[in-house]
Amino acid sequence: MRVSLFITCYNDTLFPETGKSVVKVLERLGHSVEFPAGQTCCGQMHYNTGYQFEAMPLVQRFVDQFRGAEAVVVPSSSCVAMMKDHYPKMAASLKDEKLRADVDALLPRVYEFSEFLTRGLGLVDVGAYYPHRVTYHASCHGLRNLELGDGPLRLLKAVRGIDLVPLEGLEQCCGFGGTFAIKNAEVSSAMLSEKTTAVLNTGAEACTACDNSCLMHIQGALHRQKTGVKTVHLAEILAGDEGTTR
Amino acid sequence: MSGVALDPKTAPVFPMAARTALADTQMRKNVRHATDVIQAKRARVVAEMPDWQQLREAGKQIRQHTMEHLDFYLEQFEENCTRAGGVVHWARDAEEARKIVTALVKASGSDEVIKIKSMTTEEIHLNDALEAAGIHAYETDLAELIIQLGEDQPSHIVVPALHKNRQQIREIFQRKMNLPELGETPQDLADAARMFLREKFLRIKTGVSGANFLIAETGGVCIVESEGNGRMCLTLPETLITIAGIDKVVPRFQDLEVLLQLLPRSATGERMNPYNSIWTGVKPGDGPQTFHVVLMDNARTDILADKEGRQTLNCIRCGACQNACPVYRQTGGQAYGSVYAGPIGAILTPQLQQMHHAQSLPFASSLCGACYEVCPVKINIPEVLIHLRAKVVNQNTAGITGLFDFEAAAMTAMAMIFKSERRFRAAQRLGRMAETPLVRKDGQGVGWISWLPGMLGGWTQVRDLQEMPKETFRDWWERRGKNGN
Ligand code: SF4
Repeated sequence: MRVSLFITCYNDTLFPETGKSVVKVLERLGHSVEFPAGQTCCGQMHYNTGYQFEAMPLVQRFVDQFRGAEAVVVPSSSCVAMMKDHYPKMAASLKDEKLRADVDALLPRVYEFSEFLTRGLGLVDVGAYYPHRVTYHASCHGLRNLELGDGPLRLLKAVRGIDLVPLEGLEQCCGFGGTFAIKNAEVSSAMLSEKTTAVLNTGAEACTACDNSCLMHIQGALHRQKTGVKTVHLAEILAGDEGTTR
Repeated sequence: MSGVALDPKTAPVFPMAARTALADTQMRKNVRHATDVIQAKRARVVAEMPDWQQLREAGKQIRQHTMEHLDFYLEQFEENCTRAGGVVHWARDAEEARKIVTALVKASGSDEVIKIKSMTTEEIHLNDALEAAGIHAYETDLAELIIQLGEDQPSHIVVPALHKNRQQIREIFQRKMNLPELGETPQDLADAARMFLREKFLRIKTGVSGANFLIAETGGVCIVESEGNGRMCLTLPETLITIAGIDKVVPRFQDLEVLLQLLPRSATGERMNPYNSIWTGVKPGDGPQTFHVVLMDNARTDILADKEGRQTLNCIRCGACQNACPVYRQTGGQAYGSVYAGPIGAILTPQLQQMHHAQSLPFASSLCGACYEVCPVKINIPEVLIHLRAKVVNQNTAGITGLFDFEAAAMTAMAMIFKSERRFRAAQRLGRMAETPLVRKDGQGVGWISWLPGMLGGWTQVRDLQEMPKETFRDWWERRGKNGN
């Protein structure tokens, strides 16, 4: 299959390894990958913070970049949730029938990365090897908006060499919430400290998730506290093979 | 905060109030424990219901339908209630509602009332208004009694004293009921409250209640509760005054079949409330002989007129969203500066206040969606939060002051960047340059930022930020393409 990547502004700028890993996994599975160069951002930050007007043009941009795609894969559950939950409404509020129709036609082909593997391709074992102790945090948008369920966990269980340890309060929000982490910094840190405590209690070397935004937040505290525990996007674990050491 | 009525007009903004709340370790422990217990019970009784999702959908449909025809059902209620011997009053706002209730109590010839727990009366600060008119109101719900005696404020819509533990309650009772020898078992505390209240039930002839539901088809009023104190207030007084928001109406008696399954399971994790009372008008020789219903708008028609905010009125006040909310669980209810706390408070309060005051509340959420997941009538709270955020932003960026709004300026600049790939790439490069003076290498040679200026400083209070990688994904992709993989 020809898979089109939407790497998201965040991953592109701050976490390029995630995108590279997505490419690696998909190519290893025999798919061809393309990256439409005109893509920028899904508009989540603007929209969720109340700047809806500013987010509007990004709907058209997304459609223009991916109109012809067979499947669009996005390594960020919150960005996919943004599109699925809000793009149809946004297009409707622009009173643009054509755009509305394009969005409706395109969205069923848009997948979060782990969702593409489990639901799109029906895979559990992607031939990965990752000999580390890992715990998995379920990002809110993946869990509730996209209803990923145990998909990511099933992918992880099939990884060779992995020592997967369960995280207590798996479904609890880590406290990131985009601009929430800044506007309500204190509450956000209180939520975060519960999450990092749970992560440290597992004794894992790394915490993984389907969203780099949660991971950046968790990683920020794990580093500040000098815990030595890392965070790693799910795609990077699935990209691991016998020759890889991280 | 104790003693001072929770009022969005005077409350500090949420982040400030949250700071105070976060410092109160005992309160946080109490809230955490109580919400854990209720959530576990809720999860158990919800799991028993194979058709829970269909029930939720049915609940949503009933509420949505009612709101779409609210004028019709309210008039139907008025007609049927009047026919049954009740007197219906209409109050445009809190002020009018307070006046009506005060006048009705005075007309009953009493300067004391017994009250059933009602968030609507809290919403309009009824007790203070009564007190000012020389009327003393006694709360009879155990939790409300604790709040009243402790000169405190409610922190949860179902369990208003959830932020207090047993020792704290015992201390309040010892002091206010003059019981120095009081024991500390739940039984001891319940006995003390019973003795204290019994005298009031038997003496005071005027009762004030809220309503869980108003039934249009019959003109009946429904109240559900756990302790039976409410039932005493509904049956013993000679005059009963019920005050309810206009959103409390349901079309048919039969609709209670759905709602009375959803409410107790969501609220307290019970299959059914121990006491369910429905009364319709007056019956000679049985219960109160004078019965009034005050139907209060207080901004509810404005909410109704807002297509996207409207679903807020579907709320049946079960409090499940509060228990599930990670923000509420950290801060407790009083940080919200309103009797409606947690997710429902974050959307309801600003709308009740016509978006004046309480502007920080729509932002008091990480949008994690836990509230939406548990809401028995499927109110999409995150969606309403985002809708209200847009309203706040529109207000703040309007006019000349909007030009000096730092956040708005940054957001506009970012939006410009995202409109063009070229500008986006330039911004990525610029970001790498701009951060350079802030980056410090750690032992492994990885760069980290542990201090950010201005508004962004919130991030680096407890978190580090890894430096930007040398190469973006898109640069890598291009390089790879050029090298033919
Ligand atoms: S919004 Fe939903 S969950 Fe929250 S109190 Fe209302 S009905 Fe209950």
